[in-house]
Amino acid sequence: MGAALRRLSRGPASPALAAGGLDWTRPVPVLTLALFLLPIGAGLLGTLLPAFGWLPALGGETLGLAPWRALLAQPGLAQAVLVSLVSGLGATLAAFALVVAFCAGCHRSRLFRRLRLLLAPLLAVPHAAMAIGLAFLIAPSGLIARGLSPWATGWALPPDVATVNDPWGLALALGLTVKELPFLLLMTFGALGQVRAAERLRTARALGYGPATAWLKTVLPAVYPLIRLPLYATLAFSLSVVDMAIVLGPATPPSLAVLVVRWFYDPDLSQRFVAAAGAVLQLGLVVAAIALWAVGERLAAALGRRWLAAGGRGAGRAGARVADLAGRVPTLFAVGLGAAGLLAVALWSLAWRWRYPDLLPSAWSLESWRRQAGGLADAGATTLWVAVAAAAVALLLVVGCLEREQRGGRRPGRGALWLLYLPLLLPQIAFLFGVQVLAVRLGLDGGWLALVWCHLLFVLPYVFLALADAYRALDPRFGRAARCLGAGPERVLWRIRLPMLLRPIAFAAAVGFAVSVAQYLPTLFAGAGRFASLTTEAVALAAGGDRRVLAVYAFAQALLPLLAFLLAMALPAWAYRRRRSFRAGP
Amino acid sequence: MSGASAGAAPEGALELEGLGLRLAGRRLIEPLDLVVPPGEIATLMGPSGVGKSSLLDFLCGTLDPAFEGEGRARLGGEDLLDLPPERRRLGILFQDDLLFPHLSVAENLAFGLSPAVRGRAARRARIAEALAEAGLEGFEARDPATLSGGQRARVALFRTLLAEPRALLLDEPFSRLDAGLRDRVRRFIFRHARVRRLPTLLVTHDPADARAAEGPVVELSISGMQQSG
Repeated sequence: MGAALRRLSRGPASPALAAGGLDWTRPVPVLTLALFLLPIGAGLLGTLLPAFGWLPALGGETLGLAPWRALLAQPGLAQAVLVSLVSGLGATLAAFALVVAFCAGCHRSRLFRRLRLLLAPLLAVPHAAMAIGLAFLIAPSGLIARGLSPWATGWALPPDVATVNDPWGLALALGLTVKELPFLLLMTFGALGQVRAAERLRTARALGYGPATAWLKTVLPAVYPLIRLPLYATLAFSLSVVDMAIVLGPATPPSLAVLVVRWFYDPDLSQRFVAAAGAVLQLGLVVAAIALWAVGERLAAALGRRWLAAGGRGAGRAGARVADLAGRVPTLFAVGLGAAGLLAVALWSLAWRWRYPDLLPSAWSLESWRRQAGGLADAGATTLWVAVAAAAVALLLVVGCLEREQRGGRRPGRGALWLLYLPLLLPQIAFLFGVQVLAVRLGLDGGWLALVWCHLLFVLPYVFLALADAYRALDPRFGRAARCLGAGPERVLWRIRLPMLLRPIAFAAAVGFAVSVAQYLPTLFAGAGRFASLTTEAVALAAGGDRRVLAVYAFAQALLPLLAFLLAMALPAWAYRRRRSFRAGP
Repeated sequence: MSGASAGAAPEGALELEGLGLRLAGRRLIEPLDLVVPPGEIATLMGPSGVGKSSLLDFLCGTLDPAFEGEGRARLGGEDLLDLPPERRRLGILFQDDLLFPHLSVAENLAFGLSPAVRGRAARRARIAEALAEAGLEGFEARDPATLSGGQRARVALFRTLLAEPRALLLDEPFSRLDAGLRDRVRRFIFRHARVRRLPTLLVTHDPADARAAEGPVVELSISGMQQSG
């Protein structure tokens, strides 16, 4: 060998540094984590301390269990916890069951491939708008009852049955199921691509297994670990949802999360201690439910193993038909409910006179829109700029993190994924109260910075999830080719990587925008009541009587994210209208 | 060729000294000593999976961080390995043409064209000239996805040449072309490499490539790891 053999160790990282000196992506991952974890950590602490009596601003200067005693003395607490559990666990179980039944039964159908297109717009619809639409649909005076009256039911007046706001939270569970189903389905579709489902199915089918059994026995065990975190997030969200619970849930007592928010806004400031204790109880509830779910996972896995080893083929012709129907009908019903609810919102916003039990309004008008134009414009503008700001900041941070992966050649492990999911696994009220205390301390409360930051906590994880796969899947040789043509790392990023990823980036931005538009509690807490968004207005109006006004706000709330998704699809299509490689779907 | 020293190499030559690769501390290929004078096409032969492409990545400065490179490389007497990839001015052609799918043919060429050519008119003229040389007059606005395999290969070559490289690296650029095309593209690329007097390093597993290169052939020897595929 040559005498001057020098051992060198070179990845792209070190030459990149030599090239331009400073690499802006270097601090981004740490910055992102800090922006993320600091408020959540401080927020949890700021909720935990008052829960044990410590809140000097309100005279709480001794630690003790007094808030908990006060909490336990609250009327209806047990019922509230029960409502949360029924609606939260029930909705998550139902949505998961629907996903499994649909994938197992229908994975060979055309519907399976087409549903994806239908899901994105449904996913975009904010929770509050979806809840309001559902209420318009299933209420005693709703569209369904009108469709059946009086010819089938004989009702000339709305019957006195609680189909919404029922004491057990079943309507809330239904609403949550309809809302979470598209999310879980999309996450499952994403996971299916990663586990080579087609190969597994081919093998199992060749061994004589029926299609549904093959899916359940060979694909589900591989897919489940990939959708575990989204499932936990769904569970946490469903257990602690506030906006949907105000619209669809019972009122006396409401679910625990709504009760806690009520205490926070009680004019009697001493109730804040009760609220803090309630928020901690909510956190405990979520942790317990996730633990319970995890135990259920083990149990199901053990039973599943036995079932697998027993070798039943489930290959009967009739079985496949039944499985197909069992997968198709409930999922289409749930998706249809969501879509019909939106239609009901649109109808109400344009209705002028609409007598019961007429199926359609007898007089139409744009008057509701005209009368609300002022308030709508204000709330719409606030919603718009907060969502644009939060989505833009999130996109910048996410691109920075993903580009850092590319330049450093290292990918974060599974721990990072849990951190990413943290804001989605914790109930919002468990740390938003503390965040507000912190914001007051820093003089940020009620300011735009606190508002956008708070939205960012929830926008960022979704933007990351929406973009990461596409970013990591981009052929790294394009970047290498560009470097060898004399382009520095920044030029590669701006001229090659980002333009090539325009479609997923636009989609991720739309996801971030939609998530921000849907936020209720963060706007309420961080805005300190000074910012009215379409969401806070719609939820506030839900308690009132005028359906037409409510419909106008709910429709506008649903419209903004839909427009964002439309734009996200149109922009890359237009930009690359002359590029054949970009014409295929994402 | 072993033990070549800087003083003995012809001007503008590509000199490799003890160039090798390691993965997780284990040596992938035996260190390589080689001098490629301008206008000569040297061939590195070896089965696929031996790390030939990674060796070229190492030369370019775009080696996957999982690997570790060793040795030295000089071009025209200048140490290459201390430079960031974009300053090494090595032209490389890969198995796939890697034309940027979001850019037109002219934009792809413009991305490669050296910034030393200034002014829109001058740059446009230089690109038109290159297209004419490639037998692709008037292809400026075309979508790369609409080109044939041979046309794409030619655009990729000229994108690389317009960057005014000081050496050319060929990473099996003919292996994906069908048999009839392979020979034509190979002759086209070799002719341009020789005319421009570029020291050229070709890695391939196809003996026909090595014969056509008419230069020295180095068999890459595997060491340490079991190879498959």
